[in-house]
Amino acid sequence: MTTAQQPPTPHRGQPAWAAALDTRDRAWWNDLAMRGVVLAGGMSAVLFIVAIFGFIASQGFEFIVNRLDLGELLLGVRWEPTVEPPQYGALPLIAGTGWITAVAMAIAVPLAFGAAIYVGEFARGKQREWLKIGIELLAAIPSVVWGVIGLHVMKPIIQELFGVQVGLNVLNAGIILGLMAAPIMATIAEDALKAVPDSYREAAEALGATKWQVVWKVVLPHARPGLSAAVLLGIGRAFGETIAVLMASGHRLMIPESIFDSAATLTATIAAELGEAAVGGDHYQVLFVLGMLLFLITFAINLTADWIVRGRRSKA
Amino acid sequence: MVSSPAAPFAQDAAAPALLTVRGLSIRYGAKVALQGVDLDVRPNEIFGIIGPANAGKTSFLRALNRMDEFVPDMRVDGAVTFAGRDLRTIRNLYALRSHIGVVFPLPVGLPLSIYDNVALAPRLRGVKAKSELDGIVERSLRRAALWDEVKDRLKNLGSLLSGGQQQRLTIARALSQEPELLLLDEFSIAVDPVTTMRIEEVLKELRQELTIVLVTNLVQQARRLAARTAFFLGGRCVEIAATEDLFNGGAKDQRTIDYLEGRFG
Ligand SMILES: Nc1ncnc2c1ncn2[C@@H]1O[C@H](COP(=O)(O)OP(=O)(O)O)[C@@H](O)[C@H]1O
Ligand SMILES: [Mg+2]
Repeated sequence: MTTAQQPPTPHRGQPAWAAALDTRDRAWWNDLAMRGVVLAGGMSAVLFIVAIFGFIASQGFEFIVNRLDLGELLLGVRWEPTVEPPQYGALPLIAGTGWITAVAMAIAVPLAFGAAIYVGEFARGKQREWLKIGIELLAAIPSVVWGVIGLHVMKPIIQELFGVQVGLNVLNAGIILGLMAAPIMATIAEDALKAVPDSYREAAEALGATKWQVVWKVVLPHARPGLSAAVLLGIGRAFGETIAVLMASGHRLMIPESIFDSAATLTATIAAELGEAAVGGDHYQVLFVLGMLLFLITFAINLTADWIVRGRRSKA
Repeated sequence: MVSSPAAPFAQDAAAPALLTVRGLSIRYGAKVALQGVDLDVRPNEIFGIIGPANAGKTSFLRALNRMDEFVPDMRVDGAVTFAGRDLRTIRNLYALRSHIGVVFPLPVGLPLSIYDNVALAPRLRGVKAKSELDGIVERSLRRAALWDEVKDRLKNLGSLLSGGQQQRLTIARALSQEPELLLLDEFSIAVDPVTTMRIEEVLKELRQELTIVLVTNLVQQARRLAARTAFFLGGRCVEIAATEDLFNGGAKDQRTIDYLEGRFG
């Protein structure tokens, strides 16, 4: 082959096909356009977040600037927005939310992980398919139904079982929330387990590891970021749930001292009081400040989830 | 199958190089993987690269088709030209990659049918006619010495073939795009010796149509196939020479001699 036989090109002595390297063809432009489209999609999410936060902040803005006592709001123990003078201490609501979420997670984590490990690692064939369908159906039950279950099923059971007067309490709401959050957590956890390559299981099994040892030593450690994400998502779910918790918790505006005390949460309080508060009044504005608080806590949970997943990756 | 002589394929040493590499350095974060590599690859030659693990061979191949885009923290310095174009300023990277076929050490059968695996690249560049695709698929699979084993089950999943078959499928896929340059990274790791020999025969024939950079962990494979061979060690290109010279006592660097004689940890 000699250069003389090559067709002439702008680049001395180079073959004709090389021109394609500097030609932006349809696929190239299409790629650029689609990048633009998906970028717009991604940005719109940010836009909505900012807009919603902006709306919530604007509704409570005047109060925040002029009369907000942050120490009182976060640490004050009396939430009495309708008496004179009104008290806006949200600690009972924060404590109620914290207690109920903690009970919910104590119930949901073992249930969800147990279900995920069984479905993902042990169940086979038809049984596995049926279980998955069952979990998905469970996740689809509307929250008001869970509220009714708390009100009419859990309440008498708790009263009977523990011999307490009040059946609508932290325990009741925690159980209801835990049962609500578990299916979603189980689904996400199962996805995390499914993402562990089978070659890892085979390699461990070839060493004589029992099925449980494979799960414990190989599968769970590898799936940890996904499992953490499942827990945090569950916490977010429990945190944000409103109607079921309003029905099952007894909605008492005081700091609970045990799981048998009634309690109120941030979300339930907003839902219960916003309709009665005069638009633009202090009470109305404070409820929006609570909304911001919820927003910030959720944001912190999500950042933590992100951080856990990322921290794990950089170590790998 | 035409068997070519082991002697280097006749090349015009004066023809412009297909690939020129000048002062190529590659870093991953602060870690230097390759430093100051200069070499030319001529059209229609098989250029061998040998060297122990972590010598920087794979990193070198990555730089050739701009895979640094996919590897976080990977930084490439120096000038590489392909067909006279500077890789840093090429306007259509996708076209670059469609002219360079790559075969990685571990086979990657995409989760598509065998047929669709091989037809993917032609389809991406717009080939639609069934008869044309059929032709490309058969030709590519034949060249990769896989046709006879799969011709009756082209609809089966490519990812379910055995390791050696998947590697040949990977090679067929790389050939389906009619590349000008084929990069092979230790392709025989996952392939049995008989298949390796068959693929080597195919590579010898392919010299007439394209250029091959062959990174290999088997020094004898370089000896069988490559016209010239480079020895990489610890991120440097120690020596480049005509393969016959290297293996016939012509190596200049003591480290190359040690490696060729298997005296290397
Ligand atoms: N993605 C990466 N990130 C960080 N370091 C890498 C990466 N890939 C390779 N290296 C490092 O670069 C050096 C050269 O690696 P490589 O090019 O894979 O060598 P070879 O293919 O010759 O075994 C090694 O020290 C390796 O650890
Ligand atoms: Mg390598």
